[in-house]
Amino acid sequence: MPIYPLKETRESPQSQIKVLSWLKDNLFSSLSNAALTFIALYLIYLILPPILDWMIFDANFDLTADNDSCGREGACWAFIDSNLKMFIYGFYPQEELWRVNTMFGIIVALAVFGSLIKKSQYRAHYIIGCFLIYPVVAFILLHGGLGLEVVGTDKWGGLTLTVVVAAIGIVASFPLGILFALGRQSKMRVVRFISVVYIEFVRGVPLITILFMASVVLPLFFSAGMDFDKLLRALIGITLFQTAYIAEVIRGGLQAIPKGQYEAADAAGLSFMKKTVLVILPQALKVSIPNIVGSFIALFKDTTLVLIIGLFDMLAIVGAATSNSSWLGRDTEGYVFVAMVIWVILYSMSRYSKKLEARFSTEHK
Amino acid sequence: MNQLLKISAVSLLTIGSFSAQAGIFHSDTLKDVQSKGSLTCGVSTGTPGFSSPDSSGNWSGIDVDVCRAVAAATLGDAKKVKFVPLTAKERFIALSSGEIDMLSRNTTWTHTRDTSLGLTFAGVNYYDGQGFMVKKSLGINNVKELDGASFCIQAGTTTELNLADYFRSNKMKFKAVTYDTSAQTKGGFEAGRCDALTSDVSQLAGLRSTLKDPSSAVVLGDVISKEPLGPVVRKDDNTWLNIVRWSLNAMIEAEELGITSATIDDASTSPGVQRLQGKSGKLNESLGLDKDWSRNIIAQVGNYGESFERNIGMSTPIQLPRGVNQLWIKGGILYAPAFR
Amino acid sequence: MFTKLKSLLYNNEVRAILFQVLAVAVIAYFAYQAFDNLMLNIEQRGIRSGFGFLNDEAGFAVNDNFFLEYSPASTNLQAFYVGIVNTLMVAITGIFLASIIGLIVGIARLSSNYLIKKIATIYIEIFRNIPILLQILFWYSIALNALPSARNSINFFDTIFLNSRGLYLPKPIMGFELYIVLASFVIGIVSYIFIKKRSNKKHDETGIKTNTIPHFLGLVLLLPIVAYFVFGAQLEYPALKGFNFKGGVDLSIEFFALAFSLSIYTATYIAEAIRSGVESVDKGQKEAAAALGLKDSWAMRLVILPQAFRVAIPPIINQYLNLTKNSSLAAAVGYTELVTIFSGTVLNVIGQAIEIITLTMLVYLTISLVISLILNTFNKKMQIKGN
Repeated sequence: MPIYPLKETRESPQSQIKVLSWLKDNLFSSLSNAALTFIALYLIYLILPPILDWMIFDANFDLTADNDSCGREGACWAFIDSNLKMFIYGFYPQEELWRVNTMFGIIVALAVFGSLIKKSQYRAHYIIGCFLIYPVVAFILLHGGLGLEVVGTDKWGGLTLTVVVAAIGIVASFPLGILFALGRQSKMRVVRFISVVYIEFVRGVPLITILFMASVVLPLFFSAGMDFDKLLRALIGITLFQTAYIAEVIRGGLQAIPKGQYEAADAAGLSFMKKTVLVILPQALKVSIPNIVGSFIALFKDTTLVLIIGLFDMLAIVGAATSNSSWLGRDTEGYVFVAMVIWVILYSMSRYSKKLEARFSTEHK
Repeated sequence: MNQLLKISAVSLLTIGSFSAQAGIFHSDTLKDVQSKGSLTCGVSTGTPGFSSPDSSGNWSGIDVDVCRAVAAATLGDAKKVKFVPLTAKERFIALSSGEIDMLSRNTTWTHTRDTSLGLTFAGVNYYDGQGFMVKKSLGINNVKELDGASFCIQAGTTTELNLADYFRSNKMKFKAVTYDTSAQTKGGFEAGRCDALTSDVSQLAGLRSTLKDPSSAVVLGDVISKEPLGPVVRKDDNTWLNIVRWSLNAMIEAEELGITSATIDDASTSPGVQRLQGKSGKLNESLGLDKDWSRNIIAQVGNYGESFERNIGMSTPIQLPRGVNQLWIKGGILYAPAFR
Repeated sequence: MFTKLKSLLYNNEVRAILFQVLAVAVIAYFAYQAFDNLMLNIEQRGIRSGFGFLNDEAGFAVNDNFFLEYSPASTNLQAFYVGIVNTLMVAITGIFLASIIGLIVGIARLSSNYLIKKIATIYIEIFRNIPILLQILFWYSIALNALPSARNSINFFDTIFLNSRGLYLPKPIMGFELYIVLASFVIGIVSYIFIKKRSNKKHDETGIKTNTIPHFLGLVLLLPIVAYFVFGAQLEYPALKGFNFKGGVDLSIEFFALAFSLSIYTATYIAEAIRSGVESVDKGQKEAAAALGLKDSWAMRLVILPQAFRVAIPPIINQYLNLTKNSSLAAAVGYTELVTIFSGTVLNVIGQAIEIITLTMLVYLTISLVISLILNTFNKKMQIKGN
């Protein structure tokens, strides 16, 4: 005798019309389901029209308008257009913008190239190019040096700054994170102790305290007279922070590898370096790809915090643009624009990670 | 073996940055600035009239002009300044850590700041006071009617402390809403989050001009504290302190003598003017600067009055009257020590 | 002799020890140099050091304050405590809200209703890919602009008021009657626990499930309310006097904006954790439940979710920790929690950055260590024995 109420039996499908039968199955299959559908429709009705009105229907798309002629019922997209240069390049001098564009262009080219590489023999070159050559090239492009005019880091801002901070954070924290992950697994007690202390300490405090530490306290540890660039301090803070999180992610990957792999590599007589580089790391990294990309996405979001220590990332540019007396009170448009830009970048990153995962997956389907 | 060698090599390379100058303390800011070729000046993140950037990143304001004066004196070119925007929280650390050469960020000269932070004030370029701004619709005429009200304040400023002191001594209560930047305090005030905005009167004027409807707010006549604003330098370098101090004094002296950026090069028989032009006297030697140091300041930046009118005078949206910031011979308290 | 030395060098254990000694030596050297420079810089710049500043008068007012006594005449140490309490309050509120929202969205994500599932997915995708700082600023500006001013507050029965400055609730006055109400609440909870235990035992033995919800409502909710009315505990009501409400409990709008935006953001991660937990449950479980004839909702409640939670709880607790750390962004809205008060105002007045930031970090470290301990005990208890 059944103790629990049984599921009702369902009649066979009646309708032949595809749309109607789909509606019936997915939206109206039972009374509770139908109620949920109506709640969902009501929620959409509450939320969507005001947003669309503000953004599109009541908005002013006239790009030559100024603050007064724009009106207040809808968004004023002229604000974004007239400040677009500041949003993307910060305070970078007009004549040198081609350098920033080149830097962005190389990133896009690398990404496209990366997705096209099929042969594994070019993979090593690609990785070295990405992690070693490109940062140097990008730095020279942005900062100046060999023959190019020097543009101080105080002029970097907006999307450029966000990309620079995120990219350097990723590139610098990755090898360090691998080191600490290996260190945490190490049999040597001192190394393990140092790694654990570092990782747990950094993961237990908010990023903003680390940024404060880096920006305010770090200069005191070095001899006086050393001009410690503010951007450099922020980068050190972000790298220190991200290293701990990447280390944890990679450690998870290392633990997911069957112990047999370690033992087989030892049995084959491989040294520690060869074992790690040829056998363990490739498997660990492949397993942790989704988490690594997740961690990078989090880093990208965290770069907005540098505005609290006085760097001009995109959020701070919104503040700078609206304090200019010709565009008062347009914060909302600014924040919506920044949100959309960042959302597009991050959403693409997460979709790309899914593709990467599928491509490297060696599972039985 | 390989690993040991590699690790030792890397360690040795990085040791340099730490021990290079341990024990040798740099106290020659002038030499640093001249070898760098530019002056690094700490300013605010955007205070209209004092230090704010336009959309191309060009800075202007009376604090900016003080920095430009020092650059003109030490480097001969008022444009060779690198501006570092600082929040109220990080300004002193930036100066004491050596990130900036001088701080010109509408900073109030207080005993604590002068003595226990390792910094020294080089003078006053604006005598200010703390005031209040309220919405006209509230019909308030003076501060004593604000018992129990909410105030929007910028965190980490003397404003917070003065407000607490004033209300405590007058046995009134208040609620403080503290924000990080002055732009946020303005936003809170406009949205009605607080009944009154309190800050230095000069800032209130600037904030009022940036409201959506400037005529809806009124700055009360009450001033509850003294806020002498001026440039700050590190304690360890007396020569640099003198350079900054006397650059500011040169601007005030020039206005007192009636010299402007247009008339600085006109021939004159007055010994005072000649000293300012660098044509007589040896005032530059004890500072380690060129003979033209004060002439360059006036020629490229102007005298105090020109800087004032250009940035916060009655022809600007800020519209601050000279008030006590007038020369002593005209009834104010601006008094540069003798230029000889 | 050299061959012996060489072979020693190739010995794994010897190399390990040598390596560790070198590592310690290098780190000690750097630490010594850094510390030396630090002392030198502090001395030559005339910066004070030590923790004496904790006993100095704070001199500033704090907007939000729960439980503690604080005025501008209090010491910096008391300001520190107020900051800690404020951080914990917003963290607990945020965790509570995030769990509820996360649970709803997570289950909606798995629903068979196409619309509900799509809305949940869109919600997660949107709020997960926008920086938290931006979300905090956004919700705060909406709260400020949408709610009315103090004079036109939204009014619930003249006891609860909502306006753009905050939420005002009546405050129970400490006294004998209040203790009776609290005691009856505790009695209610304890007796409910007993009843639930008895009902579970009966279910294990006979398979009959008794509904204990009426008992819950009666004991835990009704009993204290009855006690309140019978003994007449007093409440202090908020009333608009002059500019602001006086009396009662005042929860600032900054507190709500921060708690709300943190919950919306963290709920996306909690929802995803629940979803991955449910997906990690073996497909066979779902099929077996269907084969038994269990309704979908019963299968979810009795079979899937309990197993899903075992997998989902560690990441969820991790998200609670992240929420607590993200509360440090309160400076964006002016909510006075630990970082804003201590690493903000006090730091600017006193200037001793190292001591202040170290203390702040220590507080967060302690919180995260406590949460890690809870997580570890949970993991140990939940381990499926035998693997």
